Amino acid sequence: MRKIHIAAGLAALAVAGWLLPPYYAGLVVDGLIFAIFALGVNLLLGHTGLPSLGHAAYFGMGAYAAGLTAIHVSQSFWIGAAAGIGGALLLGAVYGLLALRTAGVYFLMITLALGQIAWAVAFSWRRVTGGDDGLRGVPRPDLGIPGLLDDRNAYFLFALACCIAAGLLMAAIIRSPFGRSLRGIHENPQRMEALGYRVWLHKYLAFVLSAGFSGFAGVVFVYYKGFVSPEAASIVISAEAMLMVIVGGAATTFGPVVGAFIIITLSHVVSGYTDRWPLILGLLYIAVVLLAPQGVVALARRHLLRRAVR
Amino acid sequence: MTFWSIQILNGLSLAMLLFLLASGLSVIFGLMRFINLAHGSFYLLGAYAGLSVIRVTDSFWAALVLAPLAVAVIGVALQRLLLHRVQSNELAQVLLTFGVLLVVSDLSLWIWGGLPQTLSRPAILEGSWRWGGIVFPIYRLALTITGIVVAIAIWLFLERTRIGAIVRAGVDDEEMVRGIGVNIGAVFSAVFAVGAGLAGLAGVLGGAMLGVYPGADFEVVLQAFAVVVIGGLGSLRGAFIGSLFIGMVDTLGKSLMPDLALFTIFVPMVAMLAIRPSGLFGRA
Repeated sequence: MRKIHIAAGLAALAVAGWLLPPYYAGLVVDGLIFAIFALGVNLLLGHTGLPSLGHAAYFGMGAYAAGLTAIHVSQSFWIGAAAGIGGALLLGAVYGLLALRTAGVYFLMITLALGQIAWAVAFSWRRVTGGDDGLRGVPRPDLGIPGLLDDRNAYFLFALACCIAAGLLMAAIIRSPFGRSLRGIHENPQRMEALGYRVWLHKYLAFVLSAGFSGFAGVVFVYYKGFVSPEAASIVISAEAMLMVIVGGAATTFGPVVGAFIIITLSHVVSGYTDRWPLILGLLYIAVVLLAPQGVVALARRHLLRRAVR
Repeated sequence: MTFWSIQILNGLSLAMLLFLLASGLSVIFGLMRFINLAHGSFYLLGAYAGLSVIRVTDSFWAALVLAPLAVAVIGVALQRLLLHRVQSNELAQVLLTFGVLLVVSDLSLWIWGGLPQTLSRPAILEGSWRWGGIVFPIYRLALTITGIVVAIAIWLFLERTRIGAIVRAGVDDEEMVRGIGVNIGAVFSAVFAVGAGLAGLAGVLGGAMLGVYPGADFEVVLQAFAVVVIGGLGSLRGAFIGSLFIGMVDTLGKSLMPDLALFTIFVPMVAMLAIRPSGLFGRA
């Protein structure tokens, strides 16, 4: 029953994307991109219990690697995606080794510093990345079928397919024995260690996989915008991805998707009325932490429950 | 010779500015286990408040007194109303104070505009001082001396006064201090006020040296965290040594290797965290 609902919802979304005016289709594409990103962040934050303050590094890495590949090497989506995801996995593999030497507040600090180093590379390596002007003129990807991704609404379907693929893969990871061990590590690392699980290795793999998903989001992002600047790798984006996860509900499977759509929709709507979006976003951070630390879905459920009891 | 003496003085003055920021950040962390990203907002508010005071009174000295006081009041209000609600949850602290950082930075942009501005210095601190063929800009010299004086004052306060002893005891074992009947909540607020005030003072002094502009809050809070990480979270001595290190490395890096300027802060920070997370003088 639930699967039918989800399938029907996705089909409705697909039709809507085809019919929507370009502005709204663009909003949904942004939502889909950040949904993939938030799914990746949540594997580490929600399921493993490691809050990273530098995940924009992998998002940026995916975007720059795919963008550079599209400009200099090949327009093929598959080659670009392999470069973007591969680059993010590699960066995650190196950064993970350093970051997992620390725990608690130091983990937050080191992921923040590592993220700033990635941002600094994008900013300073002008010859390759274009510096603060950004990387311009990234062409639409070639899927092997000519003319498929020429207009924006067609890209919508492509982004939807990417998001569904990422979501299914993430659900499979979370339900696998590996995913269950991550939950165990989140709850009680000492006991898992005593039971003979390799806690460090599980955390490391979760770190690298999470970087890979974030990189994939960057790939879909750069092909859509045709442009990426160092801002994509900045702490502002890292924090926003975290906020999306918390808003949707950390440690749930698809909560981050909900969170991503809530934040992206709000940013589009508010920016239409006022220039003060950063102010509203800041208030949103404060409100979420104080009022809905378990996410809005849990908040709504609790309210409904209370009403039902009455 | 002149090149090096100027570089060293520039490094020292930046280091003392960082120390004003990092000492508060570090003691707040050590005492309350609180990660305060909004510490950068205190710097920004100090600088902008100083700007407004100078516009009204035409006196740098008035700004130097009033702006840090105003920031200290804002800091305590923030701590009492918001921050104490997320005590003991690091992730919530980071997200909440990041939200405060965004709110303050956007409000400041709204009130004071987006153009870089510099606080005007009093005539007595303008110009430079020559000694044996070496030129010292007086403002930077004065800033360096101010930093050293403040460092000694904080040290004396922590080592020689009763409240200082309570703060040190709180850093070591908060529960025990609570247990013997000290109202640690009041101590928390007092320390927060002093930390915010020092960051506001750094804002006035820095705003007259480096200028104030949107984004300065992010910049300085990241530098201050690098200092605190290198020196060791919770250690005043660490904050001083860390400030000297980051101030010197950043100044020399910018003038000798401008292409790598952005890395001079974060590479040492990562190295320290990976090798010895508790920093030079921190207690794990």
